[in-house]
Amino acid sequence: MIALIKTPNNKLHDLEFVKPIEDILKKNNVNFKSAHYTKLNKKLIKKADKIIISGTSLKDNNFLTYINNFNWIKECEKPILGICGGMHILGLIFNGEMKKYQEIGLTEVIFKNDFLGFHGRHLVYELHNLNVESKEFKTYAVSKHCIQAIKHKKKPFYGVQFHPEVRNKNLLVNFTNL
Amino acid sequence: MKCAVLFSGGKDSTYAAYLAKHYNNEITCLISIISENPESYMFHTPSISKVNKQAEVMNLPIIIKKTKGIKEEELKDLEYAIKNAKINYDIEAVVTGAVESAYQASRVQKICDNLNLECFNPLWQKDPEELWNNLLKNGFEIIIIGVAAEGMDKELLGKKIDCEMVNKLKGINSKYKIHLSFEGGEAETFVLNCPLFSKELIVQANQISGRRNSWKMEIDVK
Repeated sequence: MIALIKTPNNKLHDLEFVKPIEDILKKNNVNFKSAHYTKLNKKLIKKADKIIISGTSLKDNNFLTYINNFNWIKECEKPILGICGGMHILGLIFNGEMKKYQEIGLTEVIFKNDFLGFHGRHLVYELHNLNVESKEFKTYAVSKHCIQAIKHKKKPFYGVQFHPEVRNKNLLVNFTNL
Repeated sequence: MKCAVLFSGGKDSTYAAYLAKHYNNEITCLISIISENPESYMFHTPSISKVNKQAEVMNLPIIIKKTKGIKEEELKDLEYAIKNAKINYDIEAVVTGAVESAYQASRVQKICDNLNLECFNPLWQKDPEELWNNLLKNGFEIIIIGVAAEGMDKELLGKKIDCEMVNKLKGINSKYKIHLSFEGGEAETFVLNCPLFSKELIVQANQISGRRNSWKMEIDVK
């Protein structure tokens, strides 16, 4: 079972940033349960085999104010995929630094090493004003402007700056098949 | 949150408005961009009188901005209209009916970001069949007012979209590979009634024009 952690502050944004992920999971017969990060039950994390943390809108940085809600990640050993804001959370939990980089729309990304089945050049959908850099993660992909895919050096934690639920849906499927 | 809806009068923008309200946001105005370019990458080409009628039955003010529809310049016109909504209707967010077009969505996102506004795309990546089911389940009365694809015959103009019509569209979809919710501009729709309307709009008269695979029906509604 996948625990899908929602980050949007306004429920209307769930339809844009969470539902497309849920639809991919459903289409691939992956069992999942969604919960907002402010209402996260420890039992859900305990029961889950893997965890996905969604992104949210450009202006919605509310989750950064409540970053302590994500301290459970430090003790977690299960595979986690952080998308956009979800990647920022992973980086910040591991002493990362937030930087301002804006990318909106289709952008070319180069994967230097294999990352959840992705290698080489890919066109991805971007929607971010911020980016995170953490020394505890290795960089797997970059765009012209910033880091695009990271993996923790010791744990199975993956982060992508772009939105694979919009373009490159296979990345999500490959994560669920880990 | 106080929202303006980018409104063309078709199924997507009207359903996006419905969802915005359903999730406890307040719609303070509609924005319609009337493009003189029928090939516009950004906008459908609704007629002013029709969207005015829809705004009237939604009891909402509407900002109408005309654009020549020249690529990138039309974005300046859109930004101008959204800025107008921010100044006059106190909006904090813009709602769009974008489903799949990264081109349209990313441009509206940039404009909203420049104007320090939230942007909502509640139909983003939505499955076309699910979209039709949701529309019909929620009592949306929709007619086809434009067709522009092989398999989308002139005879479809003016037809109401019900379950039977959705099945017919699925048939056209499998034969001619049209997009089931018309993301490729295969058809244009017009909403005659939905839960946001205080009364149903009635088609008074229509005029059909076009050629080959591209037909339009201008309607008067009351």
